Amino acid sequence: MAQALLSVENLFKSFGGVTATDHVDLDVTPGEIHAVIGPNGAGKTTLVAQLSGELPPDGGRVTFDGRTITSLPAHVRSRLGISRSFQITSLMLDMSARDNVALAVQARAGHSFRFWSDARSERRLAEPALAALEQVGLADRADETARAMSHGEHRLLEIAVALATKPRLLLLDEPMAGMGVEEAQRMIGFLADLKGKVSMLLIEHDMDAVFALADRITVLVNGRVIASGPPDRIRGDEAVRHAYLGDESVEPATGGG
Amino acid sequence: MDWTLFVTQLLNGVQLGVLLFLLASGLTLIFGIMDFVNLAHGSLYMVGAYLCASLTQWTGSFLLAVALALPLTALVGLVVEFVVIRRLYARNHLDHVLATFGLILCFDAAVQFLWGPAGMAIPLPAFLNGRVELLPGIVFPTFRLLIIAVGLLVALGLYLVVMRTRAGMLVRAGASNRTMVSALGVDIQTLFTLVFAAGAAMAGLAGMMIAPITEASIGMGNEIIIVAFVVIIIGGIGSIKGAFLAALLVGLIDTMGRSFLDTFLKLFFSDQNAETAAPALSAMLIYVLMATILAFRPQGLFPPKGR
Amino acid sequence: MAPFLPISPGRWPPRGWAMAIGLALLAILPAYVSLTGEAFYMDLASRLMILGMAAVSLNLILGHGGMISFGHAAYLGIGAYCVGIPAYYGIYDGFIQIPLAVACSALFALVTGAICLRTKGVYFIMITMAFTQMVFFAFVSLEEYGGDDGLVIDLRSQFAGPVDIEGATGLYYFIFAALLATLYLVHRITRSRFGMVIEGARGNERRMHAIGYDTYRYRLTCYVIAGAICGFAGALLGNFTNFISPEMMDWSASGELIFMVVLGGTGTLFGPVLGAAAFVLLEEWLSAITIYWRFIFGAMLILVVLFWRGGLNGLVDWIGRAAWRKRS
Repeated sequence: MAQALLSVENLFKSFGGVTATDHVDLDVTPGEIHAVIGPNGAGKTTLVAQLSGELPPDGGRVTFDGRTITSLPAHVRSRLGISRSFQITSLMLDMSARDNVALAVQARAGHSFRFWSDARSERRLAEPALAALEQVGLADRADETARAMSHGEHRLLEIAVALATKPRLLLLDEPMAGMGVEEAQRMIGFLADLKGKVSMLLIEHDMDAVFALADRITVLVNGRVIASGPPDRIRGDEAVRHAYLGDESVEPATGGG
Repeated sequence: MDWTLFVTQLLNGVQLGVLLFLLASGLTLIFGIMDFVNLAHGSLYMVGAYLCASLTQWTGSFLLAVALALPLTALVGLVVEFVVIRRLYARNHLDHVLATFGLILCFDAAVQFLWGPAGMAIPLPAFLNGRVELLPGIVFPTFRLLIIAVGLLVALGLYLVVMRTRAGMLVRAGASNRTMVSALGVDIQTLFTLVFAAGAAMAGLAGMMIAPITEASIGMGNEIIIVAFVVIIIGGIGSIKGAFLAALLVGLIDTMGRSFLDTFLKLFFSDQNAETAAPALSAMLIYVLMATILAFRPQGLFPPKGR
Repeated sequence: MAPFLPISPGRWPPRGWAMAIGLALLAILPAYVSLTGEAFYMDLASRLMILGMAAVSLNLILGHGGMISFGHAAYLGIGAYCVGIPAYYGIYDGFIQIPLAVACSALFALVTGAICLRTKGVYFIMITMAFTQMVFFAFVSLEEYGGDDGLVIDLRSQFAGPVDIEGATGLYYFIFAALLATLYLVHRITRSRFGMVIEGARGNERRMHAIGYDTYRYRLTCYVIAGAICGFAGALLGNFTNFISPEMMDWSASGELIFMVVLGGTGTLFGPVLGAAAFVLLEEWLSAITIYWRFIFGAMLILVVLFWRGGLNGLVDWIGRAAWRKRS
């Protein structure tokens, strides 16, 4: 079995009396897409926050490429090769799409204590930035202010920024949140192309995406892992049906879906 | 060691602390509940002092003047909230700071217009003008004792209101979750207005208490407001308990520092050096205190709970 | 290396024109004054330029960096005393005073910034205010250097060679050169890699961490640079007024600087200078009308905050757009 790129052991986090992360074990092997699903409130975003370095866990260990990173801050983890996209769009809204991505490129292209030369005319930054935008299909919107872009474009820009740091592991927190059917399909295709080149931990609600992309799925309920394995196994797992997909076997009281 | 001086200065420190609490509590409430940075709080302190001064002249009685000036100052606060402040709740803190800075300029000019550039003294009635012997050999001005008593009473009153009444519960709830409180059908705007007016009254009270000692003067609020900010930073923004403790701490350190720092320094340095450095250093003491506390607890002694 | 003017004047946006015209007017003012004899305008312009420099430096941290410092006037004071105190001891050498002003300001910015920048939002505002008060009181208490009454200097900074700022015109052009240098420096900084990080940190610090930037270090560096520039402005101020007092760094002076930046338009290059100009001119004009001019000033400030956040540069843009529409 391939040596895990990311390894999470016995991770624990509680807020007051509420246990958000209940002794979670998880790993991501190089090149795989490992999806984490679970009902709202399952603790998925708390989990990602502990993996990205924004939230210190109360217990347990996180290892990346053999190195313990449990208490390292976010910006250090980023430099080690972990990149994150945010569930609620988190961009520099007053800057152009190009500038947003260029900043990510800049973070890996030498140091930034340069006070004199014009950053925007640096080929070393501009070319990869444009390439990243082309990859997500936003090249023609490069000079648009982020604030002026649509929600779907924001989600794509999120990914572009996350990818521009050339990460080895991508933490994707609901990349398809709020996307329409067509946009979501394009995103799925995009992520499928990425498979194998970048390892991914994918938090998603969109089941089409999850079953289309994931090599493995972990199911989180109330902060605990209740099942983990290949998609087929999860699809048939009784506990998962109950706890998560559960109510769908009963007549859906809410219309639509 | 001169014990008389020590105890006197200790009491003076408490007196300053209590005054600072009157100012800081309003400030911290306004910030805690409305998320509003009110630089003009010191102006209300000044307005209270001047109103009290004029009323003392007209009525001849200091106590009556205070009783009348309190609601009047609250009224001024109400008007200010209505005309300017409430338009800014949705804005960012820079806007608050700039707008209230503008208010300070307006208040200073308005006071100068109404009362002239010179300060106004407030004469105290005879029974408040004396001294009391607290312990054999230790005398302390009656009025300053009154200030301490009033301050502690207000602190107690505030505690009871905030902890035990329904209004107080709304205040505490509003401090941690504004949207929730308004969703419960409480008129948030009225709550804000009342909190602002209450803060104004307390600031005014502080001004009225200090003015008989130092006289009412233009811009008197502008320096003390910074000290009030230091108090709430140390105490933790939004915490009345924090404001109380921090106010006493700051009052004591400032007063004792100014009195005894040169003595303390003389233990280590030459008399001349100590005497030159002491005034400058003692002026800096409370800021050094603030910086030290922030180094260990960046959100103050009683930080606001998650919002 | 990108040129300062990357596009030809024909295609300058209205703001570029505003800056060019403004600087040109400042450049020829002494000639005008020597013709008409109204030296008063040169005094006004000198003060305007010094405050403009200070405002430009504040804009670097406030407009570009999103750090709302209510203590920036401290550097004006520190810079001024770095001219005043040596002068008190008979040291008039500008080559000592000016670097001292810059170094002391930078040091103060480093120490206080290291503490302040660990806080956010309103804590940051209040702490910067508090530190300025601290320095203010420290100088008020130093009886030796005049305390509250201030310090008079007999001679301005002396420089070996052709630079002589003892006379009004000499000082004027020295200040003008300093302003130009400041504008150019800030222009390059904001467009550099460093400037991008500062701007990014203002926009979304969380994202910047996630990309790999330790924003604290960059912000602190920015804070120090801004303090140093303002210290230089302070040294010029001390020379200009020949009188140095703690009032220069009182917290309301900091408020006035913020007003200038906001009035001129945050995050623009020349905006703060426009704001400083508006401030100085308004102050002159209003104080001639009534002794209660501060009331009008305060009211204006409130109105600007309530209704007009684009600032003067926003007005310039608007004029430019209107002119463009007329043309086409």
